[in-house]
Amino acid sequence: MPETTFSTDHNWLPLVMLVIPVVWAAGLLLPFEFLKTKKWTFLYSAITSTISLGFAAYLAFLFPWGTPETVAFYKNDLDWIDGFGLHFTYGIDSVSLWLVLLTAFLMPGVVVASLIEVDHDMRQFHFWLHILEAALIGTFIARDIVLFYVCFEFTLVPLYFLIGVFGHEQRWKAARTYFLYAFTGSMLTFAGVLYVGWYGSQNPALVDGAIGKWTFNIDELYAVGRAMPVADQCWVMAAMLAGFGVKTPLFPVHTWLPLAHTEAPTAGSVDLAGLVLKIGPYGLLRLAIPMLPAAAVIFAPWVAAAAVVGIVYAAIICRVQKDAKKLIAYSSVSHMGFCALGLFALDPGAIGATGAVVYMIAHGLATGGLFLCIGMLYDRFHTRELTRLSGLARIMPLWSCFFVLFAMASVGLPGLNGFVGEFLTLVGGFQSTVFHQGLAIIAATGVVFAAVYLLHIVRKLVFGPTDIPPDHPGYSDAHEHGLSPEHDHDLSIREFITLGPLAAACIIIGLAPFPMIRSIEPTVRDMLAPAMAIVEQNQAQDAAPETPETPETPDADPAVPPAQLVGEPEARESASARSPLPDLPRPEVALPEPPAGPLALGHEGGER
Amino acid sequence: MNPMVDKLASLWPEIMLLIGAVACLTTGLWPTRAIRNLTPFVAGGFLTAALLMTPSWGVPESHPLGFASLVGFLKAGALSISVVLLLILARAPLRLAQVQRAEAADPFEPGDAMSGEFFAFFLLSVCGVLLAIGATDLVWLFLALELTSLPTYVMVAVGRDRMRAQESAVKYFFLGAMSAAVFLYGFALVYGATGATDYASIRAWVEGLDGAALPPVFLAGLAISTLGLCFKIAAVPMHFYAADVYQGASVPVTSMLAFVPKAAGFAAMIQVMALAGWDYGADGNQLPPVLATMLAVIAVLTMTVGNVLGLLQKSVKRTLAYSSVAHSGYILVGVLAGPGTGGEGYLSNGLAAVAFYLIAYGLGTIASFSVIGCLRNPNGDEAENLDDLSGLRDRHPFLAGTLLVACLSLLGFPFTVGLVGKLWLVSAGFHAGYALVIVIMVINSAVSAAYYVRIGSTCFFGDDLGTTEARYAPVRVVGAVFAAAASVALGLQPGWVTEAASKAGRVSSTESTIPAEPASQAETPTTPDTVAQAEPQTADPADPDEPDPAPADG
Repeated sequence: MPETTFSTDHNWLPLVMLVIPVVWAAGLLLPFEFLKTKKWTFLYSAITSTISLGFAAYLAFLFPWGTPETVAFYKNDLDWIDGFGLHFTYGIDSVSLWLVLLTAFLMPGVVVASLIEVDHDMRQFHFWLHILEAALIGTFIARDIVLFYVCFEFTLVPLYFLIGVFGHEQRWKAARTYFLYAFTGSMLTFAGVLYVGWYGSQNPALVDGAIGKWTFNIDELYAVGRAMPVADQCWVMAAMLAGFGVKTPLFPVHTWLPLAHTEAPTAGSVDLAGLVLKIGPYGLLRLAIPMLPAAAVIFAPWVAAAAVVGIVYAAIICRVQKDAKKLIAYSSVSHMGFCALGLFALDPGAIGATGAVVYMIAHGLATGGLFLCIGMLYDRFHTRELTRLSGLARIMPLWSCFFVLFAMASVGLPGLNGFVGEFLTLVGGFQSTVFHQGLAIIAATGVVFAAVYLLHIVRKLVFGPTDIPPDHPGYSDAHEHGLSPEHDHDLSIREFITLGPLAAACIIIGLAPFPMIRSIEPTVRDMLAPAMAIVEQNQAQDAAPETPETPETPDADPAVPPAQLVGEPEARESASARSPLPDLPRPEVALPEPPAGPLALGHEGGER
Repeated sequence: MNPMVDKLASLWPEIMLLIGAVACLTTGLWPTRAIRNLTPFVAGGFLTAALLMTPSWGVPESHPLGFASLVGFLKAGALSISVVLLLILARAPLRLAQVQRAEAADPFEPGDAMSGEFFAFFLLSVCGVLLAIGATDLVWLFLALELTSLPTYVMVAVGRDRMRAQESAVKYFFLGAMSAAVFLYGFALVYGATGATDYASIRAWVEGLDGAALPPVFLAGLAISTLGLCFKIAAVPMHFYAADVYQGASVPVTSMLAFVPKAAGFAAMIQVMALAGWDYGADGNQLPPVLATMLAVIAVLTMTVGNVLGLLQKSVKRTLAYSSVAHSGYILVGVLAGPGTGGEGYLSNGLAAVAFYLIAYGLGTIASFSVIGCLRNPNGDEAENLDDLSGLRDRHPFLAGTLLVACLSLLGFPFTVGLVGKLWLVSAGFHAGYALVIVIMVINSAVSAAYYVRIGSTCFFGDDLGTTEARYAPVRVVGAVFAAAASVALGLQPGWVTEAASKAGRVSSTESTIPAEPASQAETPTTPDTVAQAEPQTADPADPDEPDPAPADG
């Protein structure tokens, strides 16, 4: 693995990105009378979030696209609690950058979209939106594991209020369920993270510090995690999956999501599906897999199995939903399953994981768009029941265009953004040597299911005889007129401004995905390198008939620089004798697995 | 210099508090009403004076257990929190019908007035905490703990016009007396085993064992003392009184009960454990196995029982009472972990974590109780049920926000001091090798989220039932808001407090640096040094310790 390079040019920029949403939020609390009016709060928030987007664009402009795996804008000398080893360390590589861009890109749209729906406490609403943006950006730029955790966890509070104060009928229950689920999972993650920190403090050779000196710098902890005994890695991996799996959401722990999405206001749903769900896979990619490669290999088949069960199970549930928003919520469960599958494919070219990151962005755009569309329907008719709305193409043609576009993007129609990610994750899954191709085959049926349920909702809502309930008074009061005079119900200019950029982004990424893929791939490959090295090692072992048992050395000699473990091939081979990794994974992996039957690890890989 | 004079010189904060108590008694009975009303200010003045004296005079130069700096930090911390507590207690006596009658009577009726006693008792109790923190002798420790508790029994009884308060006081008193008997019995066993009550001699005796197993009588003494001390910190198996007493007492007194006796209890617990020392276990950084197991079991049970019962409560006061039980469990993990094996980073130091967490816990718990204390039912009784909080945001956004921040801090949420404290406890626990206890602690934190979030949700999202109104209590609101604001401020930038706490947790004397491998040859060269260094310390404070408890008692 090439050494990570750090560039410190312009390293004040991410801090600005992090701080200005907080400043905007604080600005809303100023005791100005005009900020209490709906119109001014709305304008203020729209302008400020656009300025944040401008900063993000400037960040992208300055980013060293030639070497996207560089951690650019890196800064690690801001003390937080020095004695704890806590520093305010941040930096941005291409994966972080794309997610920061997605965050900044969705925010103005969300702000603009929520003019009609939010009819009280406008200030509080926008306050929490800005805070949420700050927390998300903090999560994506953090290079200190505790800073990461703090921001990761803090996304809970704004969403808790967005759902609890501004949500629909069962908002209270939804907010609490969401909080408890996410908090429980991430407390376990927190313990796992601290365990890695402690392990580093005990083995100072790994972090070039003194004994007892703690560090939480992610880049230093990579070395620590990789040197941990496999059993420890597995425990920490389980802890991380508890937190990140809930956020992603993975199959058994997804049940908070439909409720939270359905009860949240449109802005909350878009942020939740588009952005907050992304911090789960991002955490897996940034922390879990690079830090615990041996455990990642052991867990890969199980996570992939859970992901595939989630894909199919949620897709089937989608088909029978009556509530449009719930349908899209469940489709998120199904789609995020592809992300998890791609991340844990650990295929030789890192195609799966690259696809997963691309898919994260694509899903944020497409599902965000779908939620915005449904929100617009709800503004007008105060219903989301599929049975009560039909034939909207006649009265809302523009809306129907956008809706069909986002639905197709979500289905994964070639030429739109969803296709790229979905395709790559599936290719990764097929090439994976850590789990059976059968899993990828089953996952691929998820694409078919997605077409079934999304075309179903399109047929119900867009086509057929026109049947709509009367306008909701709140919408009538807003006096918004459609863009075209003959279709008064259709999108207003404001709504067009919200959906237009999203649709454009969907098409652009769909048609020209290569710049994005090229920038993401080296970074992802770097992060996955240690895990893939272990996969190769296992294969080499399996290929060699009856290798005499290597004596176990569970406490991997901490003096071995972990870079060696994953470094050039010859170094890797020399390390393999000492490494604890080859022996332990196999019995686990060979266990029969629910959906795909017994696995014969490695042999298929050998044949290909 | 006379050692007794030396010791007295380190007791200036305590002396100030004693003078303050007497002064409060005097002003509380003054015939002029204006001067009577000054009583809380007198108490506050002396508290502040004691706080200001702590850094310069309140710190002993040497401590037989090496806790010289810990003593200073804990004293300063306890006094700072007590100042906040005083804000919350300030008008409590004036709420009582009896006191109002006495005050209103034309010739003042000193027999019924009790502001003076109330504040004097408060100062005496805090004085007891300081003495317990600074104790160097088991007898002194016992007397200090009793000085902490006795005033609180009275304060529980007189702090409220309800029969329930008296019932609580009686329960509290009898159980407290029993627990005193229990830990006194433990102290007696320690004395029986070692022949001494002062820490220096006991440590010298333990080190004189030279790594041989500790005799069962000694261990039994420490174990029984620990059980007795569990009453002070409301830990399992002595937690039963907590919910009833906290519910029965008036809210200001409750918030005091949740902090003052606990601070003393944990200081005592640390000292009792330090008598055995954290020199055992595989890495030489654990307590003797028997004590370690017992303490780990107590910690796990305490946090689990506290959180599970907290979940089941309808009354907010009872919920917070059980939450304080659970927090005792968390803090015990720090005691269990001990001072760590040194090194540069201080995340490994459990005692520093305890010292820090006590402050974090104190701020959160006081803020939450005092918000409850600001609310009244229409019939004048204190708000108590969750329904009383419903929709608080609409009527009193400030109080609701304060309560939410306090709950989040107790929960250990980012940007609050609670997270820093938990981070410290958890990492110290890992360091000492108690990973399982840590996992249980983390799961417990997640469980506790359920009831903290329920309180927050009720305040913010519940429908306004209009059952409560805020009693105008500006001082108390200031106290609550201050505590909540401090929780956030220390969560964002805890640097200087963690720095101070880590210095405090560092054990300065020699014994913690012994590589304690029982019966290994490597020990031979180190032992003479240690004994030689421990000896001079032993000789000095041993003799004068006998007369010392007397001034402490007076």
